[in-house]
Amino acid sequence: MNKTCRIVNLQEEYSQLFQESLAHLEDGAPSKMNALRTKAFEVFNEKGIPSNKVEAYKYTNLQPYFKGTLDIALTNEAAFNDTVTQFNCDVPELDTHNVFLVNGWYSHQNDVSGLPKGVIVGSLRDMAAQHPDIFDKYYGETAPADEDPMAAMNTAFAQGGAFVYIPKGVVVDKPIQLVNIMNGDSDRLVFQRNLVVVEENAQVKMMMCDHTISPQKFVINNLTEVFANENSVFDVYNVQNQHNLTTQVSGIYVHQKKHSNILTNNLTLHSGITRNNVAVTMDDEQCESHVYGLYLSDKNQHVDNFTFIDHAKPHCQSFELFKGVLDDSASGAFTGKVLVQPDAQQTNAYQSNNNLLLTENAKINSKPQLEIYADDVKCSHGATVGQLDDEAMFYLRARGINEDEGRILLMFAFAYEVIEKIRVEPLKENIRQLVEKRFRGEFDKCDSCVVCGQQGTSVSCL
Amino acid sequence: MLVIKDLHAKIDDKEILRGINLEIKPGEVHAIMGPNGSGKSTLSSVLAGNEKFEVCEGSVSFQGKDLLDLSPEDRAREGLFLSFQYPVEIPGVSMVNFMRTAVNEHRKYREEDSYSASEFLKLMREKKKLVEIDSNLTNRSVNEGFSGGEKKKNEIFQMAMLEPKLAILDETDSGLDIDALRIVANGVNKLKTPENSTIVITHYQRLLDYIVPDYVHVLYKGRIVKSAGKELAHELEEKGYDWIKKEFED
Repeated sequence: MNKTCRIVNLQEEYSQLFQESLAHLEDGAPSKMNALRTKAFEVFNEKGIPSNKVEAYKYTNLQPYFKGTLDIALTNEAAFNDTVTQFNCDVPELDTHNVFLVNGWYSHQNDVSGLPKGVIVGSLRDMAAQHPDIFDKYYGETAPADEDPMAAMNTAFAQGGAFVYIPKGVVVDKPIQLVNIMNGDSDRLVFQRNLVVVEENAQVKMMMCDHTISPQKFVINNLTEVFANENSVFDVYNVQNQHNLTTQVSGIYVHQKKHSNILTNNLTLHSGITRNNVAVTMDDEQCESHVYGLYLSDKNQHVDNFTFIDHAKPHCQSFELFKGVLDDSASGAFTGKVLVQPDAQQTNAYQSNNNLLLTENAKINSKPQLEIYADDVKCSHGATVGQLDDEAMFYLRARGINEDEGRILLMFAFAYEVIEKIRVEPLKENIRQLVEKRFRGEFDKCDSCVVCGQQGTSVSCL
Repeated sequence: MLVIKDLHAKIDDKEILRGINLEIKPGEVHAIMGPNGSGKSTLSSVLAGNEKFEVCEGSVSFQGKDLLDLSPEDRAREGLFLSFQYPVEIPGVSMVNFMRTAVNEHRKYREEDSYSASEFLKLMREKKKLVEIDSNLTNRSVNEGFSGGEKKKNEIFQMAMLEPKLAILDETDSGLDIDALRIVANGVNKLKTPENSTIVITHYQRLLDYIVPDYVHVLYKGRIVKSAGKELAHELEEKGYDWIKKEFED
């Protein structure tokens, strides 16, 4: 069932939408999801869609983007339509377990039979019913629905998404890829909620690829909770590749236990307005986290990466690297909040944000934010904003390489450090090629799934 | 091949080159020597097309074309090669990618087909052998983490790949130990043909024991103040530059 709502004053209509839809939102949803709903809505309603007056959203005023006439799917028809079958993945070298989601709903055409024994991948609401013990233990436990208005909004409106469970000791050989397809003939508001649990000593690598295959405006609020238990290894590569009319608020919230090693990498290759919230709670000793990002923006695109690394316990290490190339009138922001709690002695935390501005109109706000309450720690941060290196450019030109080609080589050289951090070889190669294509301007902005190279319609090449 | 007439160039309103005249014929090797700050590196930068320097007077013709009218990349494609005194490190750009782009741009300019990957790798192997460059260096990013000697060898390797008509070696010997110097000089000599020319810019005569010049010029205060045969280099090594400075001031 589709509901169309005209959002003008934000909270007024969102409140009405919530009240009117509550029965539908609750229908068929797991009880814990419903239990958190009303409280989360209260938080969201009180705080509202953040404007730039809210400190954490200072550089991204979301309010204008959450207005308009938007459709929201209150039931899961999209999970049964044939969008997925129309969708061919034709890059054979990237061997993954593919899982499709359409407008936030887990597709019922997914085939996950090839997964190792005990691994559960499925629709969040269905799997919650089948495995209530897992769901109830983890759902909502690390998303800050009491603080962050967008996490609260997601928790209030969430109905479905993907559920991924890797049991103790299992190593999933091939990456699990969540392909998020946005499709429809009207502008759309989409909520997606994913839950990933990696049990003790288990390992999994995931990719999330965001598609838009119709030219409509999409306003997306998705949230993924990740629990990396003792000695587990978890990677997530979020490849964002959507048309310019897309607004995406993407939250990844990771909770770590002892000896776990996690990596998140937000690769924003093309999108309209993107806000990435990445938060990692190192809630045990000897955790290691790698939080990376690469953003390539042009036209009037905007990318805001907001990260929060919580060193709650001693002997943990975090490595943070975000790099951006901004062209035309693109703007970007980076906030790197690192909290070292009083207990967290012997913390190592490194953070770096480097930006390349190609024009005078491109803009970046970079804000390291370190709060350190322990005295035996190593923490460093660095932020740079620069232009292409004239000397390197001259060196290339002196070898017969023209300026345009030289620019591409140098931009690529700048970005490569983040690409190098990808721990899945074939994906690394794919991303390398895509980034180069993007710099060359050959990038078909419609082939939204970088992994599949799926063709879109020309109208959506905005 | 190259005719420089009354070349004046400045940087930030400071005139560095103050009327250079020089003619180089095919097959010739010219050494340009001179004390620090005399304008040697400026001359090579100006010839290669570095936009930091402004040419305010004079002309340079290269194989009949107005060199100063060409972009740096077109100068390179026309056959001019500068071996940098300080080769630039470019992390993230692999040597292979860099050289393939450069070689194919040269070929495109001459309206030839690009090399295929296998043709290119074959060419690279040959040239690496020719200039005795460690094959590992070409698997790395351009000059990144290279030692001084490796960087200079890499310049000569690039020269071998691009086969220039005129090579300008700017202080290619600085910072090289004797073995590296020999390898670099051997590379240059192997690449020598009766048609191509070389300008060797150096402080020291030692390199000229390996790359024997036809002419030696002394640059001082932005002008060539003395030109002679290769014996001049020995004389400079023995007596230093003071007598030339004195001669010039007088």
